[in-house]
Amino acid sequence: MYQRILLAVDGSEHSLRAAQEAIKIASLSTNCVIEVVLVAEFSKAKDEVLHSQGKEELEISRRKRISPVEKKLQAKDLSYEVKILHGVPGPTIVDYANKGTFDIVIIGSRGLNTLQEMVLGSVSHKVAKRVNCPVMIVK
Amino acid sequence: MIEKIKRDWFSNIRGDILAGIVVALALIPEAIAFSIIAGVDPMVGLYASFCIAVIISFTGGRPGMISAATGAMALLMVPLVKEYGLNYLLAATILTGVIQILFGVFKIAKFMKFIPNAVMIGFVNALAILIFMAQVPHFLGISNMTYVFVAVTLVIVYVVPRFIKSIPAPLIAIILLTSVALYTNIDLRTVGDLGSISSSLPVFLIPDVPFTLETLAIIFPYSLSLAIVGLLESLLTSSIVDDMTGTESNKNKEARGQGIANTITGFFGGMAGCAMIGQSVINVKSGGRGRLSTLVAGLFLMFLIIVLGNLVVQIPMPVLAGIMIMVSIGTFDWSSFSYIVKAPKSDATVMLATVIIVVMTNDLSKGVIAGVILSAIFFVAKISKIQVTKQLKGDNILFQVKGQLFFASVESFVNAFDLDRKDENIIIDFSNAHVWDESAVGAVDKVILKFRERNNTVTIQGLNASSKKMIDKLAMHHI
Repeated sequence: MYQRILLAVDGSEHSLRAAQEAIKIASLSTNCVIEVVLVAEFSKAKDEVLHSQGKEELEISRRKRISPVEKKLQAKDLSYEVKILHGVPGPTIVDYANKGTFDIVIIGSRGLNTLQEMVLGSVSHKVAKRVNCPVMIVK
Repeated sequence: MIEKIKRDWFSNIRGDILAGIVVALALIPEAIAFSIIAGVDPMVGLYASFCIAVIISFTGGRPGMISAATGAMALLMVPLVKEYGLNYLLAATILTGVIQILFGVFKIAKFMKFIPNAVMIGFVNALAILIFMAQVPHFLGISNMTYVFVAVTLVIVYVVPRFIKSIPAPLIAIILLTSVALYTNIDLRTVGDLGSISSSLPVFLIPDVPFTLETLAIIFPYSLSLAIVGLLESLLTSSIVDDMTGTESNKNKEARGQGIANTITGFFGGMAGCAMIGQSVINVKSGGRGRLSTLVAGLFLMFLIIVLGNLVVQIPMPVLAGIMIMVSIGTFDWSSFSYIVKAPKSDATVMLATVIIVVMTNDLSKGVIAGVILSAIFFVAKISKIQVTKQLKGDNILFQVKGQLFFASVESFVNAFDLDRKDENIIIDFSNAHVWDESAVGAVDKVILKFRERNNTVTIQGLNASSKKMIDKLAMHHI
């Protein structure tokens, strides 16, 4: 079954639903590891640095975006790791997924920024197109 | 050591060279525009960008960060150039470098943490507003064609990146619109109308100023402002690059490196500069990570100027103004509007005060200093709130003190007690308080002695270790 799951999140409603599906798949096998990945976007780096007093606050504010997902995973007693990547979300997730050994990538169909998706296309679409392993897009 | 050099310089050769070229292309319009803002020949900004980028690639503390002539620095120079001319600017640039080296040596970078983010947000917003205002004379009320060119430039710089990612959009706008202007003979002001470009390498020169105290008195205030603002923007930029790359950098080395770069640049006819947020972000996004990217950016910039110098003077001013409007929009922190609503009132006030003072004085350093002082006052006011609650406990009266007891809170501390009590057992509890300084001990003394004068017995309890030490050392009441 699926042993190593990459769960890409951004703190949105959709990524919570993706987490729900990841939990379903993970509970099918006994020693499954979920890697929860959040991409700190390049285009927001300036804003985020400006609006936090120091590195620690920045780190905490990012962890806060993951914490609802973490709570869900903890509630089911699943083992997981959290990883914060830096870059442009689509290509960064693709790169990370293809470099690691994942059995499946799970991602929400939409993120936080609807306007950007209209112009640039959605992250989930890019991930589905370019990741080598199976991809589950959660609506 | 060799490991470090290898990692800083040669761990990402392909990415660094490509990103460096992209940055060089993006730097040209900015270096020219910032020279025009400062009121000097475009060559001064171009030489500065070349020298600073090349030197900082060796001396800086943050690999992958781009430094060159910047808007923040150019805006500070305007009055100096207007009144005293280029040579005084070069002298001021050298002195700026010396001051920054001293800042680096004395490890001033650690004081950056005393600058609250409200001030930094105010800083970038004020910078954006000033850059925008500096463009207004270049497009307002000149001709209809000027407006058209500004508008077309803006459309190009915002739409083209959706389709072409490899070439910086501002450069596409410049090439396209300069060709159009030349081909159709439209009458527009050009860069050449505001200064000259020479296709030559910078040469070593000593600024032609009298070496007197009077000169020093003229340039020192400018140099100090330049040094502060340059370091502020450089350290902010290095934090942003740190975050984007997920690596650490040496802030004191960066301060020293900025100083060395500015000192040498002054001797080569360039104006003072610092790290650039926008260009550094472009560099990292384009794949630049090491020192090589900054070096390539500087070298390729100079190469382009030598090859294309004659074409640069043909660039229409409205195109440059359009690009600068884009730069100011990119510099502005647009989440400030929600920040004003959501952040604590004191932070929002500090941010707005910083912006207003900068815009009124045209001096970024004044706004920053005022912002820091204002936020320090707010902080003291906030932390000096002290609470004393009274409780009856059997025959005793218990006063519970909560808060920080120091020079700013002693008055409200003393006033919180009703000192006209008589013949009672009084206990003052300090479990939730901290005694910080001599005036705090004095206040505790005063309260106890006043109570005792009226024949009360007073005991104090719950002092934490360091507060107790303070009291034991300085207080009078137990003698």
